Amino acid sequence: MAFESLSAFLAMGGHGPYVWAAYGATAALLLGVTLHARAERRALLRDLRRRARREQRRGASTPDSHQEGHARES
Amino acid sequence: MWAFIHKLGSPKWFYGISARLSPWFWAAAALLIVVGSVWGLAFAPADYQQGNSFRIIYVHVPAAFLAQSIFVSMAIAGFVFMVWKIKVADMAAAMMAPLGAAMTFVALFSGAVWGVPTWGTWWMWDARLTSMLILLFLYFGVIALRGAFSSRDSASRAASVLAMVGVINIPIIKYSVDWWYTLHQPATFSVTSRPAMPVEMWVPLLIMVLGFYCFFIAVTLMRTRSEILRRESNKRWVRELAGEVT
Repeated sequence: MAFESLSAFLAMGGHGPYVWAAYGATAALLLGVTLHARAERRALLRDLRRRARREQRRGASTPDSHQEGHARES
Repeated sequence: MWAFIHKLGSPKWFYGISARLSPWFWAAAALLIVVGSVWGLAFAPADYQQGNSFRIIYVHVPAAFLAQSIFVSMAIAGFVFMVWKIKVADMAAAMMAPLGAAMTFVALFSGAVWGVPTWGTWWMWDARLTSMLILLFLYFGVIALRGAFSSRDSASRAASVLAMVGVINIPIIKYSVDWWYTLHQPATFSVTSRPAMPVEMWVPLLIMVLGFYCFFIAVTLMRTRSEILRRESNKRWVRELAGEVT
């Protein structure tokens, strides 16, 4: 450990505000990017599922339907 | 080799392989960044001149590395798209731009905050700082250009060209500290010589750099997969996938 106590660690020898601002901004951005990527993926999958269900309802008998997968392609 | 490239270029194949790879990159990124931060913040010794403000290096340098590497990756992806018409390359390039801009911002912000106690100023029109600011604007330019066309193909080609032209800024950033040595210190790491830092200072830095690279790969894989779903939503395999998940 480079520090003797928790308060010394937080104070960073008087440079606390600078160090914590830099780390805080970096952490916030990395986290933001991660959460955005996850939300984006979930929203897309939700839309695709909704569309698949809608198509299933609309034409259960058309060759486009998903009910029987590739088998219907003929 | 060609078969491999064409396979890699197939969105469906890419979607599958990236699903298997990406958890490893997420795990590695999380582990390396947590270990590197704790080590850098609490265990690395303070710098004898800069004191504890030097710990900012552990976020500043990895972010600056990534900011430049992402631009180069984007230019390479643009080249691959232009020459071989591989769509996945263009999708990946489109997803890299915002992350690159974010990393450039982190590098500039952490540098500015570090500059206050170290240089007594948060900004100066130093060559390194200015060329990094230009990099940020280049990222904005690539993002804006992509949004400015109604045809996706024109947008992709324009963004690829701007990325390939803009990559000239990267060697300028790299050598700016040697050509015009005004404020920013020269590179900490180089391939040819030993780091000018004690081991207990540069090992956490190396860990952070690797962690940031894993993060970049993880985010790019994940977002490229999303982009594949978006662009290929009418393809049969995507529809089947959506049906299965229900």
